[in-house]
Amino acid sequence: MTEKRQDPRPPAHAAGRWALIGLAVVGAAAVFGYVGGWLAPERLTPKRIINALQANGGDYPGFRRNHAKGICVTGRFESNGELAKYSTAAVFAPGSTPVVGRLAIPGGNPYAGDSSAPIRSFALRFDMADGEQWRTGMNAMTVFPVSDPKAFYELTVATHPDPSTGKPDPAKAGAFFKSHPESAAFLDWIKTAKPSASYVPETYRSINAFYLRDAQGERHAVRWMLVPDKGPEGDGGAAAGDTDYLAADLMKRLGQGPARWHLQMVFANPGDPVDDATKIWPDDRRTVDAGTLVIDAAEAQADGPCRDVNYDPTILPRGIEVSGDPLLAARSSAYADSYLRRTSEEAHVPGTARPKEAHP
Amino acid sequence: MSRADTFHWFARLLHWLMAAMILSMLFIGAGMVTSVESKYLWLVSIHKPLGIAVFVLALIRLGFRLTHPAPPLPADMPLWQKLAAHASHWLLYALMIGLPLIGWAMLSAGNYPVTLGGGLRLPPIVPADALLFAWLREAHRYLAWLFFLTFLAHMGAALMHGLIRRDGVLQSMTGGRRPERSDIA
Repeated sequence: MTEKRQDPRPPAHAAGRWALIGLAVVGAAAVFGYVGGWLAPERLTPKRIINALQANGGDYPGFRRNHAKGICVTGRFESNGELAKYSTAAVFAPGSTPVVGRLAIPGGNPYAGDSSAPIRSFALRFDMADGEQWRTGMNAMTVFPVSDPKAFYELTVATHPDPSTGKPDPAKAGAFFKSHPESAAFLDWIKTAKPSASYVPETYRSINAFYLRDAQGERHAVRWMLVPDKGPEGDGGAAAGDTDYLAADLMKRLGQGPARWHLQMVFANPGDPVDDATKIWPDDRRTVDAGTLVIDAAEAQADGPCRDVNYDPTILPRGIEVSGDPLLAARSSAYADSYLRRTSEEAHVPGTARPKEAHP
Repeated sequence: MSRADTFHWFARLLHWLMAAMILSMLFIGAGMVTSVESKYLWLVSIHKPLGIAVFVLALIRLGFRLTHPAPPLPADMPLWQKLAAHASHWLLYALMIGLPLIGWAMLSAGNYPVTLGGGLRLPPIVPADALLFAWLREAHRYLAWLFFLTFLAHMGAALMHGLIRRDGVLQSMTGGRRPERSDIA
C-alpha cells in the first residue's frame, strides 16, 4: 500500500482542468434548473394554473383555489356487485364502503353566492377496508369546455373578472371560444344550464374517462355518473336574495332521511373518444348500475371530515385506472399545488398568507 | 479485491448504483412538481418506488460503511478539506435515509395511500394531519435542494481530487489504477 498524497507535479493544462470541473458543476446545475422550471419560465406549471385560478377567485388563504365553497357529507356506497365482472376493485364487490364527500360550487371565492355558477360538484373518497382509496371529483355538467391543460389555463385567463365590472370581459371570453372549436358541446350545454336550488336532484359526472380492469386483465373504457334517486324533497327553492341556500337545503333534506344516488358506469363503444373530455358519448351507451350512494349526514367544511382531503381523481384502487385524458394529470398536479398552498397557510409555514377568519 | 486504498467492491457498486438512482430521483422530483403534462403521473409513479429503493439501499450501505471503514484521506490534505469531506459524506447519508422517510411520512400525513405500483402499498408512518403534511412537504422540497447542492460539491471535489490533486481519492471509488508515481518512490 502506498500512502495517498497529492501528486507534486503541477497538472498539465491546469486552467483547462479547472474549467472542466467548473463546466461539470455549472452544467449539472443548469440542467437541474431547466428540469425544475426555473430556467424555463414559459412552461405551463401547476403553480401558474393555480395562480390563474386564484387571480379569478380572489385571495382566500386556507381555502381550496377552486370549488372553494362547499359542504362535507358522509355516508356509504352500497355496491350491488354488478360491476365486479368488469373491475377487480374491492369497492365493486357486493357490500358497503364508507365515503367522505364534498358538495361544492365552482370558483375560488368561498363566500360566493350559490347562484354564481350554474354548476354543482360532488367529490368523493371511498375508503376500502384494506386501506385502498378511490377519489373522484364529479361535476353536474355533461361535458368539459377544453381538452387539455394549456387550453384550461388560457380559458381561466380569458375569464378573469374585469376590475371595473367584476365580471369576465365578454370580448375576451368570446375570442377564446372562437379559437377553441372543441368547446362547442360545452357552450351548447351551458346555454340552458341554470343554478339548481339543491345539490340533491343533480346528476354528477366524472367527465373524464377511466379504465376498469377486470380479473382477466381486460380493460374497459368508462365514464361514471351519480344519478339522483327519489329522495327527501326540498321546499321549492331559496327565498329571494338568499345566496347560501344550498347548504340549508341539504341540511333540511337530510333531516328527513338520507339522500341517494345511483352510481352508473357508462361503457364506451369501440371508437368513442376516451381521452377527450370535450366529446359527449351518445346516450345509448351500455350503462351498468353499480349500486347506491347513501348520504346521511352533512357538516360545515370548516371542521368537517372533507376539509383536509385533496380529491385528486387519479387516486384509484386496483381495478380502476386513468385514461390518457391529459386533463387527469393536470388535475392531479394542480390539485396538489392548491392542497399544499392551503395546508401550509393553515400550518403558518413562513412565507405563506395567514387564513383570515374561520371558514364558513 | 479490497485494497486498503480503494473502497470495497460492494461499496463501489452501491455508490455508483445509488448515484444513478439518486440523481434520477432529484431530476424526476424537480420535473414532476413543475409539470402538468401526462408524464406527471408517470414520473410520480416512478418517484415513489425509486425513493423507497434508495431508502432500503441506503440502510444497507450505512451498515456496510460502519463495518467496513473507508480508505483514509491523503495525509497532506488541509484539515478544512478533510472536515468538509467527512461532514458532506455524513450529510449525504442523512439525506439518503431522511429524504425518502420524509416523503413517506408526508404522504401518510396527507392521508394518501403510499402506493408503489403492482398493487404494493406501504402503511402510513405518521397519523393523517394536514398541518404536518404541509411542514413535511416543504421539508421534502428544501432538503432535496440541499441534497442536490451537496451532490454538486461532492462531484466538484471528486473531480478536483482526480484532475488537480491527483491523489488517488477519486480512484478509491472508481477502482481505476492509481496515477503514476514513479518519481516519488
